[in-house]
Amino acid sequence: MQQFADGLMEPGGPLAGISTPLGYVLVVALFAFLILNFIMLVAGVTSWVERRVWARIQSRIGPNRVGPQGVLQWLADGIKNIMKEDIVPEQADRFLFKAAPYLTMMGFFGAFACIPFADGVIAADLNVGVLYITAVTALVVVGILMAGWSSNNKWALLGGIRSAAQIISYEIPAGLAVITVVLFTGTLSMQGIVEAQGAAPWKWFLFANPFLFVAFFVFFTAALAEGNRTPFDLPEAESELVAGAFTEYSGLRSLLFFLVEWGNLYVIGAVATALFLGGWRVPAVTDNPVLLGVLQFLVFFGKSYFLVFIAMWVRGTLPRVRVDQLMSLCWKYLVPISFVNMLGAMVFFVLFPEGSPVVRFGMVAFGAALLVYFLSRVVFHIRRARPEFHLSPFA
Amino acid sequence: MEFQLANVLVYILLGAITAALMLGLGWLLRPSNPERMKLSTYECGEPPSGSAWINFNIRFYLIALVFVIFDVEVAFIYPVAATFRHYVTSGQGMIAFTEIFVFLVILFVGLVYVWAKRDLEWLKRVPPVA
Repeated sequence: MQQFADGLMEPGGPLAGISTPLGYVLVVALFAFLILNFIMLVAGVTSWVERRVWARIQSRIGPNRVGPQGVLQWLADGIKNIMKEDIVPEQADRFLFKAAPYLTMMGFFGAFACIPFADGVIAADLNVGVLYITAVTALVVVGILMAGWSSNNKWALLGGIRSAAQIISYEIPAGLAVITVVLFTGTLSMQGIVEAQGAAPWKWFLFANPFLFVAFFVFFTAALAEGNRTPFDLPEAESELVAGAFTEYSGLRSLLFFLVEWGNLYVIGAVATALFLGGWRVPAVTDNPVLLGVLQFLVFFGKSYFLVFIAMWVRGTLPRVRVDQLMSLCWKYLVPISFVNMLGAMVFFVLFPEGSPVVRFGMVAFGAALLVYFLSRVVFHIRRARPEFHLSPFA
Repeated sequence: MEFQLANVLVYILLGAITAALMLGLGWLLRPSNPERMKLSTYECGEPPSGSAWINFNIRFYLIALVFVIFDVEVAFIYPVAATFRHYVTSGQGMIAFTEIFVFLVILFVGLVYVWAKRDLEWLKRVPPVA
């Protein structure tokens, strides 16, 4: 980002002749504005896509009235929520109640500073990038816990502390899975991690060795739990806790929490893409840097949104787990697995400092076979359940 | 470095400013007709019985305690992980691995202890009252 700003301010550049601080402020403000719009658009559209995807999974149609195929549904929901009355319960702690959405929004927006969208397109390529993202997204927990406690409502209290217990527990397997990647890169910088991988799937960290393969699934499961997604959405289990920590929130304030939830889904996908799925790496197909940048962004967005789609699919398929199952899954399975996995990755790295092509291609073959088997099961079940079904999302 | 840290600050503040702008816009547009029943705490339509600021289950504290230990451990492993590549390329990989292995084994004993003490069980069997 800094090099980009410097480039613009060189003699002959579009911002030539401006003082350096002013140029920096302009570039940062412009990029922040773009990211803001990107966040709002992604979070909003994701809410619509998610409802449509569930609807198709459950043999319904879903919202299809506002705009073509209902794409503007999220705007209508936003406008509706802005016009809604804002209720702060009399018994609540007013200050904490009002401060909670701000904290969640700060933690959520902070994560976007370190997401590598393309080569050089990252707001802050910190040398502690991954650690920063895990740290700043944890701020969301504080907001949720604050919302739960300040509402002075039993549902909200239960939802808030459940959420806190869940998110902090799953932070440990997620952190260990991230460390497994960091071992092989030797850097925590997001761009450094992406650049250590290649464009082709067999150069992704996912297939580099069996330990990183396991780490990806541990990370994705733990990230779903951290994002309070089904099957781990106990904090806002509608059927038992009304809306969990957000029970007392109405209108715009509750919308902010849901914005963060949908947006965090994209953050999960983006971080998993950068760590395991090769990030924005594309083959050098063109010399035009702008065109290449757009291509990189599209590849990155496509991969991360595919992971978002997987999360929606999981949500439409799996039932919610019980709270004791949730805790034992984390502490008795994911934590030991990720420990052993990390030690195995260290041994592998000591034995094969350059990586092993045999293992790499074996993993690619294994992954491909797994994918083919999985898709054949999907097709088999769809055919069996609905003989008349044809694969069109708009049918 | 300052440029990047300033950028991080910009994004964190952007979150707060966006929330403030949205709520400010809502404040201009939304109605406000507070009344007593509307402002009462929701408890399935019944009048709420007492405050919700009560003692909650001890198990959440236990989880938090175990978490603190393991999270500090993860925080200690991060710097080792970041320099592990350097050790391996300079041929000292086994030394670094042994050190982190000893560190992890000590902590793993901790996890086994917590597990054996049944503090990871959400549902505990209560001994029958004689």
